[in-house]
Amino acid sequence: MNDLMLDQPILQLKGLEKRFDLDQGFLETVKLRKGKFVREQRSVHAVNNVTLDVARGEALCVVGESGCGKSTVARLVAGLLHPSAGEIHYDGERIDDRSRKSMLPLRKKMQMIFQNPYASLNPRMTIQQALEEPVRHHNPLLSRGEVREKVADVMQSVGVDPLWSGRYPHEFSGGQRQRIAIARALTVDPEFIIADEPISALDVSIQAQVLNLMLDAKEQRGLTYLFITHDLSVVEHFGTKVAVLYLGAVCELAETTTLFANPKHPYTKALLSAVPQLNDDKPNHIRLKGEIPTPINMPSGCPFHTRCPSANNRCMTEKPRPLRQPDGSTVACHAVEENRA
Amino acid sequence: MSSLSTNTNRPSRLARILNSNMAYSFRRNPVAMVSMGVFLLIAIASIFAPLIAPFDPYDPANIDIMNSEFPPVWVDGAEAEFVFGTDDQGRDLWSTILYGTRLSLIIGLCAVGLQAFLGITIGLLAGYIGGRLDSLLMRLADIQLSFSTLMVAIIFLAITQAMFGSETFNQYAVYFLIAVIGIAEWPQYARTVRATVLAEKKKEYVDSARVLGFGPIRIMVRHILPNSLSPIFVISTVQVANAIISEASLSFLGLGMPPSQPSLGSLISSGFDYIFSGSWWITTIPGVVLIVLVLVINLLGDWMRDVLNPKLYKG
Amino acid sequence: MSLLSVRDLTVKFAMRDDTVTALNQISFDLAKGERLGIVGESGAGKSITGFSLMNLISKPGFIDNGQILFDGEDVAQMSDKALRDMRGNRMAMIFQDPMVTLNPVLTIGQQMVETLRAHRKLSKAEAAQIAIVKLREVYIPSPEERMDQYPHELSGGMRQRIIIAMALLLDPQLIIADEPTTALDVTIQADIMELLLELCQSNKVGLILITHDLGVVSQMTERTLVMYAGRIIEAGKTREIINDPQHPYTQGLINALPQQTLPGQKLKQIPGTMPSLTAIPRGCPFSPRCQYAVENCRNTLPEVVQYAGIEVACHEVKRLHNDRLEQSA
Repeated sequence: MNDLMLDQPILQLKGLEKRFDLDQGFLETVKLRKGKFVREQRSVHAVNNVTLDVARGEALCVVGESGCGKSTVARLVAGLLHPSAGEIHYDGERIDDRSRKSMLPLRKKMQMIFQNPYASLNPRMTIQQALEEPVRHHNPLLSRGEVREKVADVMQSVGVDPLWSGRYPHEFSGGQRQRIAIARALTVDPEFIIADEPISALDVSIQAQVLNLMLDAKEQRGLTYLFITHDLSVVEHFGTKVAVLYLGAVCELAETTTLFANPKHPYTKALLSAVPQLNDDKPNHIRLKGEIPTPINMPSGCPFHTRCPSANNRCMTEKPRPLRQPDGSTVACHAVEENRA
Repeated sequence: MSSLSTNTNRPSRLARILNSNMAYSFRRNPVAMVSMGVFLLIAIASIFAPLIAPFDPYDPANIDIMNSEFPPVWVDGAEAEFVFGTDDQGRDLWSTILYGTRLSLIIGLCAVGLQAFLGITIGLLAGYIGGRLDSLLMRLADIQLSFSTLMVAIIFLAITQAMFGSETFNQYAVYFLIAVIGIAEWPQYARTVRATVLAEKKKEYVDSARVLGFGPIRIMVRHILPNSLSPIFVISTVQVANAIISEASLSFLGLGMPPSQPSLGSLISSGFDYIFSGSWWITTIPGVVLIVLVLVINLLGDWMRDVLNPKLYKG
Repeated sequence: MSLLSVRDLTVKFAMRDDTVTALNQISFDLAKGERLGIVGESGAGKSITGFSLMNLISKPGFIDNGQILFDGEDVAQMSDKALRDMRGNRMAMIFQDPMVTLNPVLTIGQQMVETLRAHRKLSKAEAAQIAIVKLREVYIPSPEERMDQYPHELSGGMRQRIIIAMALLLDPQLIIADEPTTALDVTIQADIMELLLELCQSNKVGLILITHDLGVVSQMTERTLVMYAGRIIEAGKTREIINDPQHPYTQGLINALPQQTLPGQKLKQIPGTMPSLTAIPRGCPFSPRCQYAVENCRNTLPEVVQYAGIEVACHEVKRLHNDRLEQSA
């Protein structure tokens, strides 16, 4: 068509925010404080002002520790949750405010793979039923034979023998189930896949199999991935671009090679040094003080300042803005900005 | 079901069922096996009542008042024709019990069917949609539960009896009983189903179905409901036993089946007047049948709960 | 003399109609103060090994055969009283999920004091003193306050520190840690591992670290056992196993790690999956997944042999090693 279309990112997150209210209903918000009744709404700030672009053909990895909001980002993009603020654009069109019906055409383009292959397949459906269902739903005009052919094709492409299609999920191992879950997402021929920790529930030798399968699918089908993970070695291997999340905010966004060669944000540095390596027997990681604060009591200023080795007074009061660095990465850190880190 | 699956050398469906955990634990549990045997015996005998019973208790031509209050055959003064003796109207007790058990079972099963339909629908909606609808439906259930089943049933049946007159009432008594027992106990189902739906809703396969763009009704019926069946089975057994008891109690109080078309409850009730005049069998024998029937259903329910939901048992 | 000496340990589980063998003739030794890693994927039997060392296998499992000599005594033959006396006192265990070990309705202090007083004749005040010292050893800030807190008031990393403090409470000779950091985040995991290593070294405590993570084993242990389908298939010095594994499975495990391949390239995967314990293949259990398997591998079970300083259960170890040498030359 035209160059404009090609240049446009496939997915854009603009100032995305998500809060979960802890106190639901009026009565729960009323609390006794110092002898007085006050109304107080506590909420979990899961995602705070996340702005990201995913270009076509890219594999953007979102990394972070538990509770950093990475899964929430995935679920927001997939439309399983509605953002509290901000916008999500797919192919230039806003999608976060759409109804289920008007999302339907988009469901064929955007699919999701989940973390736990033991829970992501309906235990009461045979593999055949589970795979046929989405094909039928999105292509009501296909004949029985065509549907079956499509299912057999997809099963073959993920390396599960179509002869097994009459079996139930519990008859398969974790790795095979994850293959089937991937197959289910691929039955509608999507162009964009959201993968929420797809290999973290699997064994080492199986992780490699599933990761290879996802790489194959990327090559053969020209897929774009939004890949959520906590495992940095997977990121280095799989991702073209990395966003590091801490307490719901992006602290560093860079090309994978740039990030691993030259991490800038103090949190990224600590995270990278904490990965156990095969070949040094002396653990020598950057020790962070304390632990991750809960997203209920968000620290003021930079979310990382409570644990940051190079935090100063400015970090405690002022939220750092994401700033573009000479090598193309974007870092939200006062210390990097002031050349202190 | 597909041509692909038949090619593989898998055991047949029957073989798989026989080899399942449930069948295995059944074979290992003598109580469950005996209960099932007794239940099947009672059920089959009552289903085929018209074939087995020597007399038709509904046919006035068969009844002779001169035959009334014969004792069972093992008591002196019995008539060999009437194995369990006869009741005050001269009906053969054995035949009447067979027909009565059939009525009790039909009312119990249909009432539970109605409960299950209402309860599952309401529970699914409340659990899946949540929010205001959930609060509203669950408060309704709370209100319903705060009236005892029997109280609701007595009021309802007493009013309908007064409104329609006892002749019309007696004609449609079966339907009234099914309706009132069915409606009075739906919250049991609704609460259980809602709790399971809330647990299932969080699982990833439901998210996966939503991401694939399936509508809420499809997700509820095709995905969540089949995975919520175990607790439904478990409460169903208990509820059938309860419904049979409710029916018996109502009939005993004279608000259920009429004496011309007796269920186990009304049989016990009608015999109760004669218990002190020496005709103990009219009440006692149907009473024993009722107790055995309810007991085996409850024992089966216990076993099923152990197999399907071990956690519930511990907790 | 070694602290722990396991000989031909076989653990079986009674199933509906027959038994399955979860551990098959495991033998290994652990010297005083030595740190040993047990690596394997789920279903390899590594956790069952940990449990059976403490004789904690419960029905339907049972120790079928073999000896577990701990300080000269056979754990498998001990009386219940002797076992209670040993557990926690001379041999302690750290589990994956700290909430399983900590009692949610008792404060940290109560639990630690109770544990101490169960094994030692101490007053409550004395026991509390020791507990506070131990909490300080695992770098818990303001331990006096923590003593009065309940487990749910603490973060995951803090809980795992307390578990470690509790394991060290009675100065055991051996700690068995079963995936102690799998439930924790990377940055916390690194902290906890460093702490565990430091404490084992300074107190001369033996450590058996059960994990699936080769990186963790590499940093923490001196010797490593690799398990597959209920058997030890490779054992030796950790460094040697990581640098030059002899068994094709260990090679496969290491090569499958994303770090071992250039970014964006396909990972070197091992085909297939670990067999279930009810259907362990004939011959070498790894043979159906092994790219080097020959006829002999499919028929006869390989004996454990010494090769290049490593104990390895593979028929073809010599040929494969020579092939590798040729290739690199």
